[in-house]
Amino acid sequence: MSPSVEIQLIAVVVAVACALPGAFLVLQRMAMMSDAISHAILPGIVLAFFITHDLGSPLMILGAAASGVLTVALVELLRKTGLLAEDAAIGIVFPALFSVGVVLIARYAGDVHLDIDAVLLGELAFAPFDRFILSGVDVGPRALVIMSAVLVVDLVFIVVFFKELKLTTFDAALAGSLGFAPVLLHYVLMGLVSVTAVGAFDAVGSILVVALMVAPPASAYLLTDRLKPMIYISCGIGALSAIGGYWFARYLDASIAGAMATVAGAAFVLVVFLAPHRGLWSLARRRASQKLLFGRKMLVIHLYNHEGLPEADLECRVEHLEDHLRWDHQFANRAVKSSIARSLILREGSLLMLTDEGRMLAREALVEF
Amino acid sequence: MEWFTDIFLDYTLRTVALGSALLGITAGSLGGFALLRRQSLLGDAISHAALPGIAIAFLLTGSKAPLVLILGAALAGWLGAALIASVTLRTRIKYDSALGIMLSVFFGFGLVLLTYIQKQPDANQAGLESFLFGQAAALIQRDVMVILSIGTVIIFLMVLLWKEFKMLSFDPDFGATLGFPIRKLDHILTALFVIAIVIGLQTVGVVLMSAMIIAPAAAARQWTDRLGHMILAAALFGAISGVGGAVTSSRVGNLPTGPTIVLIVSAIVVISLLFAPNRGIVFRKVREWKAGKNLRVDAVLVDLFTLASQHTSKEYPHSERVLDVMSTISGPARRTLHLLETLGLARQIDQNNWSLTPEGVERAQTVIRNQFGGSLST
Repeated sequence: MSPSVEIQLIAVVVAVACALPGAFLVLQRMAMMSDAISHAILPGIVLAFFITHDLGSPLMILGAAASGVLTVALVELLRKTGLLAEDAAIGIVFPALFSVGVVLIARYAGDVHLDIDAVLLGELAFAPFDRFILSGVDVGPRALVIMSAVLVVDLVFIVVFFKELKLTTFDAALAGSLGFAPVLLHYVLMGLVSVTAVGAFDAVGSILVVALMVAPPASAYLLTDRLKPMIYISCGIGALSAIGGYWFARYLDASIAGAMATVAGAAFVLVVFLAPHRGLWSLARRRASQKLLFGRKMLVIHLYNHEGLPEADLECRVEHLEDHLRWDHQFANRAVKSSIARSLILREGSLLMLTDEGRMLAREALVEF
Repeated sequence: MEWFTDIFLDYTLRTVALGSALLGITAGSLGGFALLRRQSLLGDAISHAALPGIAIAFLLTGSKAPLVLILGAALAGWLGAALIASVTLRTRIKYDSALGIMLSVFFGFGLVLLTYIQKQPDANQAGLESFLFGQAAALIQRDVMVILSIGTVIIFLMVLLWKEFKMLSFDPDFGATLGFPIRKLDHILTALFVIAIVIGLQTVGVVLMSAMIIAPAAAARQWTDRLGHMILAAALFGAISGVGGAVTSSRVGNLPTGPTIVLIVSAIVVISLLFAPNRGIVFRKVREWKAGKNLRVDAVLVDLFTLASQHTSKEYPHSERVLDVMSTISGPARRTLHLLETLGLARQIDQNNWSLTPEGVERAQTVIRNQFGGSLST
């Protein structure tokens, strides 16, 4: 495989591995835990590194997962005192842990290959040069092997515990009363987020982990109301952002991780505007059509009220609508036009008359109101 | 005490300590409002969102003057904050997701721009990265002057709009009915917040800025229930950790300033959570223990009185075992009985039997009157 294909493959695997737990984070309103965990794993990584002196050792993953779970436990501890809100607890715990990591590096690891830039930013472009050699055979880039393993772990966990996760996500109290141990599941999910974050950190950096865990699932959340499609769409958007990001970065000769985050953000913006049903554009259209529907109803009710009465000649005119219903000229014309198009009314000169259908609608609408 | 004189004599240390202290004061006092408005993580999002602004300001002007970069950062940070508010308001995306997206996407885009700048042939871009992780040790007098002047303006505006911001933090709806321009005030407070964050980036960096904002306020919150006192305490804690961090990292080799400041302020939070009067955990435990003791005393007293009421004398003795069975308190009654004895409310007749003293009878009757409205049959 060429390096270019390998990078894209790694990027896609990272994106999918992040989107899987990310979907649950977004639904459980804990998106910022991904930010907290991806920073707070630093001391775990550093300590594990001191023990093994090998950035690729499995102990790194364990150390990171442990400090991820420690983050969650500390946040929970602070929150339970009742003295701090959860977001304040998060905002205090992760910078503190991150500081511990930075201090450890600065004090004791100044001369080894482990710098904060790499943790925070990552550099995917070099990933293909770090090979995973298993008993003399080149299996592939190390990052690809590690992230594939992480992806498999994520996948197995979510497939096996899908029912439990779903229940805990949407109704933790019910899950608890049915004996599903939502707290344990919460910690396992956070452990999974940590493992994913540490797997991804040296390839793409911790900030991208946040982008890939939150942005694609949030986009998917606007596109569907069902959990399974939401997960599939998250993975899809994540993978597309990965590939799009790669080419964007290549075009600019800039950071691949940053470009992937940018594309994931652009995808989110697109979805916010264009999503069917929940997009801003479709919302605006629906509002406009509801306004027009309301206008038609008001119009036929107005005509119905004055129909056949002496003042009808005066009241049932387009110009009078502007006065009586306080409509501006444009809207009055649009309401009249759309009513004529639906054959609710007839127009003779400037005089308006109800059709049978219009009369029906007026009666229905009167009951409704 | 050598460090103490160094603060005044050593140019570098004095600059760094002064800059960090000013930053701690500004960020800490504004953080109080953020904490009360449940926007603790907004600071984190804003500090990350500022990055592309720095890059764009540099790309447009080619200058690395602090004011230019701060302006760019502030615009980007403000845009990020505005988008977070707008997305939460207009779509069903929740606040936490909106924070996460803006934080990571803006930061990612900033990273793209920074790496793009680095690849430009003759750009004099060295030093822009210091915004990522902060380089307090590299603060120079010019930076401190910028922090000082901007910080003064922020604090001045905060004092000027004190009543309005108070209203905004505690009851914006009520404020709106009184005719305060709540949305405008919200924009102003957010803008001040953004500026306070942006001037700190160069010192402590993107990641640690969130702690500079929230931690002093969270610590101060434990000591008082009054907004004014809380903001003052937050500013004080911010200043202490700023100076403490600067001094400690200058004393100890290989200790970066930013993380040291954050560790000190985190320690202040822990101390406050534990030992603050009233709200602190230790005080609460002591209070609970005392309340529990009083309840146990009263419970055993009433039990003894109820038993004696079956007899001719209110001071008729009864055995400890009966009290053990009868009592609703957890654990054996013996300890509480001894407590009653020291209080002069009961006395031990023999190995097993206890009776009330006259004072005990009186106290028991009071307790029964207070608790049961005197309806307990005697």
